[in-house]
Amino acid sequence: MSETLPNDYFSCLLGSLPIDPQDSLGWLKQLRAQAIDQAGQLRFPTVKDEEWRFTDVSPLTQLPYKPAQKAGTLNISDIQHFFIAESHHRLVFVDGFFAPELSQLSADDQLLLGNLTALASAKASLVETHLGQYVQFRNNIFAALNTAFLQDGALIVLPESCVVSSPIHLLFIATQERTTHYPRCLLIGESNSQATVIEDYVALGPDTYVTNSVTEFSLADNAQVNHIRVQRESNKAFHLAHSAVALEQSSHYRSVSITLGALISRFNLDVEFKAQAAECTIDGLAMITDKQLADTHTCINHATPYCTSQQQHKCIVDGSAHAVFNGKIIVRPHAQRTNSSQSSRNLLLSGSAQIDTKPQLEIFADDVKCAHGATVGQLDNEEIFYLKSRGLNELAARNLLTYAFGAEILDRIPVRSLKHALEQIVLNQTQSS
Amino acid sequence: MNINQNPIILNVRNLHASIQGTEILKGIDLTVRSGEIHAIMGLNGSGKSTFAKVLAGHPDYHVTQGSIEYEQQDLLQLSTEERAQAGVFLAFQYPIEIPGVANSQFLRLAYNTVQTKRGGEELDPLEFDDFVREKMKLLEMKPDFLDRSVNEGFSGGEKKRNEILQMALLEPKLGILDETDSGLDIDALKIVAGGVNHLCNNDNAIILITHYQRLLDHIVPDFVHVMEAGRIIKTGGKELAHALETHGYEWIRKNEQHAAGVST
Repeated sequence: MSETLPNDYFSCLLGSLPIDPQDSLGWLKQLRAQAIDQAGQLRFPTVKDEEWRFTDVSPLTQLPYKPAQKAGTLNISDIQHFFIAESHHRLVFVDGFFAPELSQLSADDQLLLGNLTALASAKASLVETHLGQYVQFRNNIFAALNTAFLQDGALIVLPESCVVSSPIHLLFIATQERTTHYPRCLLIGESNSQATVIEDYVALGPDTYVTNSVTEFSLADNAQVNHIRVQRESNKAFHLAHSAVALEQSSHYRSVSITLGALISRFNLDVEFKAQAAECTIDGLAMITDKQLADTHTCINHATPYCTSQQQHKCIVDGSAHAVFNGKIIVRPHAQRTNSSQSSRNLLLSGSAQIDTKPQLEIFADDVKCAHGATVGQLDNEEIFYLKSRGLNELAARNLLTYAFGAEILDRIPVRSLKHALEQIVLNQTQSS
Repeated sequence: MNINQNPIILNVRNLHASIQGTEILKGIDLTVRSGEIHAIMGLNGSGKSTFAKVLAGHPDYHVTQGSIEYEQQDLLQLSTEERAQAGVFLAFQYPIEIPGVANSQFLRLAYNTVQTKRGGEELDPLEFDDFVREKMKLLEMKPDFLDRSVNEGFSGGEKKRNEILQMALLEPKLGILDETDSGLDIDALKIVAGGVNHLCNNDNAIILITHYQRLLDHIVPDFVHVMEAGRIIKTGGKELAHALETHGYEWIRKNEQHAAGVST
């Protein structure tokens, strides 16, 4: 599978590893060592790899950016426009470093929330059981690099029956150009727990940098988690992210992923049903323009019976941007009574914009309900005529329809102020084009 | 038939129009004065809906001959949105759905756009809410209509009511109702007809496009025109619709051929 190929890019990257992280937990050290070893053996993906055939990440090899040094302190006033009014729990990471002075840790609930590596010793056995288990780095060069550089990260533990009413905001801020950040998130939702988590990637300036993040969610029986992921990086940034979700019996995972930023972005989301009667709802919107490339790869693995997955992914592509969607759904032989639906809808706003969409269903069980569909199109002339016949001019009609196309996904964000902020961004973007 | 000396709102002369090179309208003449209700009847494919779309300015149809004068302006020189702003309103046979946009947002946007062009005052969301709720009563519409996405998941009857609600908000000079009765049960038909009757006054005019007499029991026309093959082949009073209902379109066709001295 992997071939050994010494690579300047990796040796350059790995040369910048911190020599001996101070935490020095045995198992964590070992995990890093394995990842370093693995990263050295894996090959950099090219467009000849099926998984990467639409997304050329070779420009990255020209950017062996070192991890950022700790930046000068930011003031709350520099970043508070990113804050979310409803959220009373906030972890802020600046260039990958946990910034406790900008974070807000409410003492209420039994919720355990904080910096992953700081809490890893207190919760060693729990963290060890989950960390690196869902996004595996065996065949995944970027996950291997993320793990090799694992330092600060977000840890969320929802104890049994813990219901966190206020959304948990994980804010990752990029402030320094020509650096690489390795954000890491781990959520462990014990049985009957509930929470809403916002994973938010932002930048202070229009810089070039690389974000390589890994997020793992584990939901025990009956746990219910809303996961809102917002990628609003600088338009010159590279964003590589891998999320994985493991669902136990009757758990429910709902996610909305919004992709607006980065020059080149790749987001992988893997959901695995590990027990019966679990559900996931996965919605996504990528709205890009100019020369942006946004690639979303999802894989929903129905490994057990009676599970339900619903997915809607939308792309709005303007300028000479390029959107990619690959939605794989696997229904294993024993996963009878699976109910799965997937829809990929795409809007091309310019002649030089490009969309590649690929629903990929692999069904090995016979008593299942699986529906999927994909459309690529431009704004509909009858719809434009309808709006113009109500007095709107051509531009206003087009803007309204473009906005509506995206707003259908934004509508599913259960945090009101965030929804409104994103609606405003989408509205501004439709009106500027 | 009434004898009406009110000002002429719409004057169509020898109108020919085609789509992708196929001629659909082959010489329509029609005069509509304010205060009048005109019904246009005819079989599928006779050109009724095309005529409605040409009046509203659908970009796919090209006028190849003839003229349309609206309120002493050349309507064909106006864009679709300028026609709407000038008071031409088309209630669609198949209104489009816009998921993601609340009906209230859409209605206010349309209202404010048209108001601004007519030199009126815009309404803020609160003012508009009061205004639109008043109009909704007319059509017996539930308040949750405002929060739902435009026409998304609306029943056929709800969509048609939403069209007439837009007409009530935009207060057109010339309302064109394209098969507004199709897909309505009798109760919904009565409500929609009641709404339209309420909106008719001596300063505006209505063109009803319909297959069936039953709408005309509730909205009584001053004139009934029968279209066939892109022309108006017969014009009469409301009794013409009854005769059509009884004898069918074949009857008109024969009569007209006799009148024109055409032998078959």
